[in-house]
Amino acid sequence: MNIAVCIKQVPASNEIKMNSETGFLMRESGGTKINPYDLEVIEVALQLKEKFFGNITVITMGPPSAKDVIYFAYSMGVERGILLSDPKFAGADTYSTAYTLNKCIEELKGFDIVFCGEQTTDGDTGQVGPSLAEHLGIPHLTKVVCIEDVLKDTLIATQELGNKKVKIEIKLPCVIILKNNTYNPRLPSLKLKLYAKKKEVEIINYSKLEKNLDINKIGFKGSPTKVQKIFLPKKTHKKDMLSGDPSVLSKIIAEELRGDK
Amino acid sequence: MDILIYVDYENEVISDVTFELIGEAKRLIGESNSKIYALIIGNNLSEFAKELTYYDLENIFVYENKEFEFYREDIYSTLFEDCIKKINPSIVLIPGTDIGKSIAPVIATRFNTGLTADCTQLFIDEKFNLIQIRPAFGGNIMAQIITPDCRPQFTTIRPKIMEKAKMSKFEKNNIEKVSTNNLNLKSAIEILEVFKIEKKENILESKILIVAGNGFKYKEDLFLLNELAELLEAKICSSRALVEKHWMPNELQIGLSGKSVSPEIIITFGVSGSVQFRAGMEKSKKIIAINNNIDADIFQIAHVPICGNLYEIIPLLIKNIKEGCF
Repeated sequence: MNIAVCIKQVPASNEIKMNSETGFLMRESGGTKINPYDLEVIEVALQLKEKFFGNITVITMGPPSAKDVIYFAYSMGVERGILLSDPKFAGADTYSTAYTLNKCIEELKGFDIVFCGEQTTDGDTGQVGPSLAEHLGIPHLTKVVCIEDVLKDTLIATQELGNKKVKIEIKLPCVIILKNNTYNPRLPSLKLKLYAKKKEVEIINYSKLEKNLDINKIGFKGSPTKVQKIFLPKKTHKKDMLSGDPSVLSKIIAEELRGDK
Repeated sequence: MDILIYVDYENEVISDVTFELIGEAKRLIGESNSKIYALIIGNNLSEFAKELTYYDLENIFVYENKEFEFYREDIYSTLFEDCIKKINPSIVLIPGTDIGKSIAPVIATRFNTGLTADCTQLFIDEKFNLIQIRPAFGGNIMAQIITPDCRPQFTTIRPKIMEKAKMSKFEKNNIEKVSTNNLNLKSAIEILEVFKIEKKENILESKILIVAGNGFKYKEDLFLLNELAELLEAKICSSRALVEKHWMPNELQIGLSGKSVSPEIIITFGVSGSVQFRAGMEKSKKIIAINNNIDADIFQIAHVPICGNLYEIIPLLIKNIKEGCF
C-alpha cells in the first residue's frame, strides 16, 4: 500500500505582524512549525503502514525552508519526503495549490491513499484536500474519524458529518481528510530525530513537472482568487476597562450575571 | 448577477444557515433584477421545498431520489454541476457546514474557478465582482478577496454569521423537480451504516457559556471552571488554542473554525479574542471578558471588559455566587 500525506509549514504563532505602511505580512518574524492538524494525519498513515505494510511519502509545497516539516515527519517515522518548491508555484490560492499537488502526485504515481489534515492554522480554509481530490479525479471523504479496514480495492472508514456518523466503503485511490483531534500523534523519537536531517529530501520543481503542467493554473498567476488587500481587524472603541481589586471585580461579574437571570 | 444557494438541512429541518444565506443574497442583489435560486439534494424533500417557496426565490431546484438520501460527494457534485449549468449563476453561496465544506472545493475546482472560505462580509463592487472578506492567520489578519476573471464566484459562509431572510406571507409556485435520467450517477462511495450522533454537550443551546482560553497555564487548572459552570448552569467551551493543545475537545471550540454561538451571556477567561474567535461569538447578548492583558482583542467587543487575573477572580466569583450575590 502506497500512502501520500500532504503536510504544510505554518507560522509558529498566529500573532502575525503586519507592516502597516507597506501592508506586507512579516511572515517569518515568529518562526515556523508543522501544521498541528497534520501530525495526526502522519500518525494515521504510520498506523496503517504498521498494520498493512507499505510506504509513506510526505509531500509539502513551500519555500526551501519548508524542508523542516519533512524532517519532522522523518522523526515520526516517515521514510520519504518530497518538497514541491519553485518560485513559479508561489502565491498560489487553494485551487492552484491543489492543482500543483495533484501534478506532483500524478508524477510520483501509484498512491492508493492520499491523506490531508482538516485545515491549516494559517489559511484556515480546509479546501485543498477536496480540491486535490477533484483535480486527481478521485473521490474523497472529509471529517474521517476512523479508518476501519483497507481491502483490496476499497477502504472502510467512518466519518462524522453534522449529526451523523457514517460508515463508508470507498474505492481506492481516494483522498482521506481526517477530522481534527481524532488520532493522538506520537512524539518524534530522539533517535529518528538525530537521523532525520541526514536523510535526503527530494525536491520537485517546475521543470520536473513542466511537460504535464498548465502554467496558467499555477502560482499567483494561476490562482482564480486574488487577495485585493489585507488589513488588521478593526479596533472598535473600548468600553471602560475595569481593573483592580479582584474581590471587587468578582462582585461586578456576579452582578452582571444576575442581571440577566 | 444571479445567485445560487445550496440548501443545507439537518435533523429533518432546513438549517438556519440556509435562510441566512438567502438573507445575505437578498441584501447583495438589492433592488436590481438579479435572481436568487436554491438547490436542494436528498430524498423526501417536499416539505423542505414547500418551506422554501415562502422566500421569494426565482426557482427551487429539487434533486430528489432514494439514492440521494445520504451525502456522497461524487453524486452530489454531479447534481450540483448540473444545476449550475442550467442557470450560470454569477455567485454561488454554500453553507460552511460539514457537507458544504466538502462539496464546495470540489464543485469550484470543477468549474476552474475561485472559492473563498468562511467569509464574514460580502459586497459587490462596480465591476460586479463579489468582494469577499475573511479572517486568516487565526483571525489576526483580514483578507479582502475577489475572483476577477472566473465565474461563478464561490463562497462558503459559516452558520450564524449573516442575518436570516424573513419569510414572506405569500407562497410562490417555483419548485422545479429536476430529472436526472441523463446524468452519470455512478458512485465510488457506498454507505454501509448511518448512526445519529448523540450530542454530548450542545453548546449551541446553552444560555450561558463559559470559555476557557490560553490564559490557563495548566490543563488541570480548567477544573476551576467546573464548579462555576454548575452554579450557573452554564456549559464550558474553549478557544482554539486549547483545542490545539488537546486540552479541550473539538466539539467545544468556539470560533469560525469551530462553532458559532450567540448565548444570553458569554464569559471568557484568558481568551485573547482573535477575529476568528470573535466572529464565532460576537453576537452574544452580553460578553464578559476576563484577561490579564489590557490590550487583548477580546476587550474590543466585551460589554464588561475586566482586566484581571483569572486565577484570583474565579474562586472569588464562585464564593460570591454561593453567598447569594447572584
